[in-house]
Amino acid sequence: MSEAILEVRDLAVAYGGRTVLSIEHLAVVPGETLAILGPNGAGKSTLLRSLALLELPASGTVRFNSEPVQRNSASRLRVRRRMATVFQSPLLCNTTVSNNISLGLRFRGHSAGEMAGNIKQWAERFGIFHLLDRPARTLSGGEAQRVSLARAFVLNPEVLFLDEPFSALDQPTREALLADLEHILRESRITTVFVTHERNEALHFGDRVAVVMGGRLAQVDPAERVFSSPISEEIARFVGVENIFRGTVEEQRGGIGVISLGCSQIQAATNARAGERVLVCLRPEEIVVARLDADFASESMRNVLRGRIGHVVAIGSQLRVRIEAGVILTALITKQSWQDLSLAEGQEVQAAFKASAAHVIGRR
Amino acid sequence: MDVIWNGLVQAFWLIVTGDPEVMRITALSLKVSGIATLCSLILGIPVGSFIGLARFPGRGFVLSLINTGMALPPVVVGLFVSIMLWRSGPLGMLQLLYSPTAIVIAQFILAFPVVTGLTVTAMQQIDPKLRLQLLGLGASRIQLVMQLLKEARLAMLAAIMAGFGAVISEIGASMMVGGNILHYSRVLTTATVLETARGNFELAIALSAILLVITFLINWALTAIQQYGSGR
Repeated sequence: MSEAILEVRDLAVAYGGRTVLSIEHLAVVPGETLAILGPNGAGKSTLLRSLALLELPASGTVRFNSEPVQRNSASRLRVRRRMATVFQSPLLCNTTVSNNISLGLRFRGHSAGEMAGNIKQWAERFGIFHLLDRPARTLSGGEAQRVSLARAFVLNPEVLFLDEPFSALDQPTREALLADLEHILRESRITTVFVTHERNEALHFGDRVAVVMGGRLAQVDPAERVFSSPISEEIARFVGVENIFRGTVEEQRGGIGVISLGCSQIQAATNARAGERVLVCLRPEEIVVARLDADFASESMRNVLRGRIGHVVAIGSQLRVRIEAGVILTALITKQSWQDLSLAEGQEVQAAFKASAAHVIGRR
Repeated sequence: MDVIWNGLVQAFWLIVTGDPEVMRITALSLKVSGIATLCSLILGIPVGSFIGLARFPGRGFVLSLINTGMALPPVVVGLFVSIMLWRSGPLGMLQLLYSPTAIVIAQFILAFPVVTGLTVTAMQQIDPKLRLQLLGLGASRIQLVMQLLKEARLAMLAAIMAGFGAVISEIGASMMVGGNILHYSRVLTTATVLETARGNFELAIALSAILLVITFLINWALTAIQQYGSGR
């Protein structure tokens, strides 16, 4: 891992004597997009504000390019001017779009001539060039957020902070802006810290994901790993693992554990020894639902459970299906497959998944 | 009704012919109240911005004092300034009592809480997240306050109007500390009282009409600026 551009150590933020955020260590690597993910009120935004030097922590050190940032306001301002922040609401000033985009440049003492080219370039990239002379308050939500993003990018920041910048937008606007921003971020490789409570956004954008829960860092890992291998039940639930079972390893067979879940027995990839108590996490999309006559012998499905279809809920083009198979499994199946297999509530089916699909967490 | 009509006609002629005494009184009124308002803006805007944005122990108490100050009776201020400037008072050596400067001091004390209080309100009406956003764009503290004042410019114009309106129309303090001395410290309000007491109702009405027109013109101009600003 290359040297961190931004690093915090032993950070504590307290409101009214109560510690709301306590971070032992977190480092942001140059060029990466770090998604800070967590439920509402977990302390994500407080962490972002501390990293962005918008909040003075009760204790702890922040390092920027390996240099410790002093607690005095001049030193913090100097570093803050090498970064930029975009918030959930666009927070535009009551003036023209152009004046809004140039705001940070003016704070840095740039002249009108220097600014013009930059403003034009970023307005074009965010598709708001035609709005430059418009009063900011006449813009739609999506346009305003584009102005807010252009206002940050025009500063050419070394670190960009985004605090849930899409959560106030409607779905189509959000998707269009997400696509544009993703393109710009991939192209510019600006180091980005991105706060969200939407796990899909974190997975989509984040090179790494830092999960914040109860004011603490619960897990920091590459995005895929956080989603496939959460390190606790709490994280597993938050990142969308709907099947979490308590079990005991009965036997270890060279990296495959045979785990008793009470009424059922499954096999999962784990090095846990026999007798260890574990949690088995299984994402709904990893479960294949099939009719009783289906044959999984050739598909390396080590786990094939027989059960009965319970409650079915439609979610967009998919169905969330509960299967009572000793344990209650939740599986996702497309509406098309449901029809093709002629499935119905109450019907007996097979639910199959690979040993590698089940993620095993040790428990005390 | 004749008195009112004659007063209005006389006011018209006094203005049109540029009556020297009326002009002098009007000019002094504008100068004294203008300076007092300007001083209250110079001090009241920074103080109001600080109270509006900062959090410190006793802030609520200070705010209560300012809010009380917004309704200060001019005669009380007049009495206080008189005592201060009285020959044997703490500031007696300045020999300012019964002078236009004394009126400026009294009017400043009246306008300062008005400007400060309205600045506090204007600052508090701005979305607190905008402060973080401006800091996040690299604003220094001074740049932050200047930008927030710019955002609150409509409310700030209201503060100027209220401050000026409070002092141009007051009588108690001007009378007590200015002394209503002819050719020296006579302003529109004190002159109106004097002419009414003398039974010169036409002149009193004329002076009142001039006062009203001045107040109207200044507020009209400020309102026009305010509404032009809000339309952009």
